[in-house]
Amino acid sequence: MPDPMKIRATLTGDTTEVKVLMNHEMETGQRKDAQGKVIPAWFIQNVSVTWNAKTVLSAQWGTAIAKNPFVSFKFKGGAKGDKITITWVDSRAEKRTDEATIA
Amino acid sequence: MDRGRRKALQSGSRVTLLALLAAAGWLPPEASRAQSWNKTAFDAHSLADTMHALGGAEPAPSKDVTFFQTPEIAENGAVVPVGISSAVPNTEAIAILIEKNPNMLAAVFDIPPGTEPTITTRVKMAQTCNIYALVKADGKYYVASKEVKVTLGGCGG
Repeated sequence: MPDPMKIRATLTGDTTEVKVLMNHEMETGQRKDAQGKVIPAWFIQNVSVTWNAKTVLSAQWGTAIAKNPFVSFKFKGGAKGDKITITWVDSRAEKRTDEATIA
Repeated sequence: MDRGRRKALQSGSRVTLLALLAAAGWLPPEASRAQSWNKTAFDAHSLADTMHALGGAEPAPSKDVTFFQTPEIAENGAVVPVGISSAVPNTEAIAILIEKNPNMLAAVFDIPPGTEPTITTRVKMAQTCNIYALVKADGKYYVASKEVKVTLGGCGG
């Protein structure tokens, strides 16, 4: 099981700001190891963020997203105590879902 | 008339349409949104090819698409912060393209209604080049670019 994400969701007025830090190698497939063999690409391909069963952000990523990806965005709505669910799927079809509470 | 066959044909064509939409990848139907990944677009090497794979025509340069928190000079190409904001009404998606990376497309963010068209993330850059912010709004495409100088590349080893 991959390491958990760090998620922070804060409510200001009527907007919720979500900041998420994921733990992932994001290997590009361009690098070589000490033996000169190419390290195969391994990266997050899909990310989706839901609030109250509504998708508030979905993304497709390539290898150019930095290691241990960070994303922040804002959406209208949300209330203190609401749950935010974030899921990512990587190129090995590994999955990780984490939940956070809006503060 | 053979009703069973009629039904099968009907549902068959519906499945094909869904598959086509999902293959287009840019704005897939809700059901398959989480799973789809636009391989053609992410494998493309030029702005034109990437645009084509995303299903867009020539993007119009726009002053409504702006960068923030994006440095002029990035010391480490492996971690370059990028913030993109779109003031174009009805922004549906924001894509980040990096001109001189092995594959130009870095990310596509779908912006559903209610979400602000403002995204911050961190990307890798192979060398000094332009970052393009591509915005889809009302079926039209807009683009803005910013040059970021890289002292140490973030791709290859």
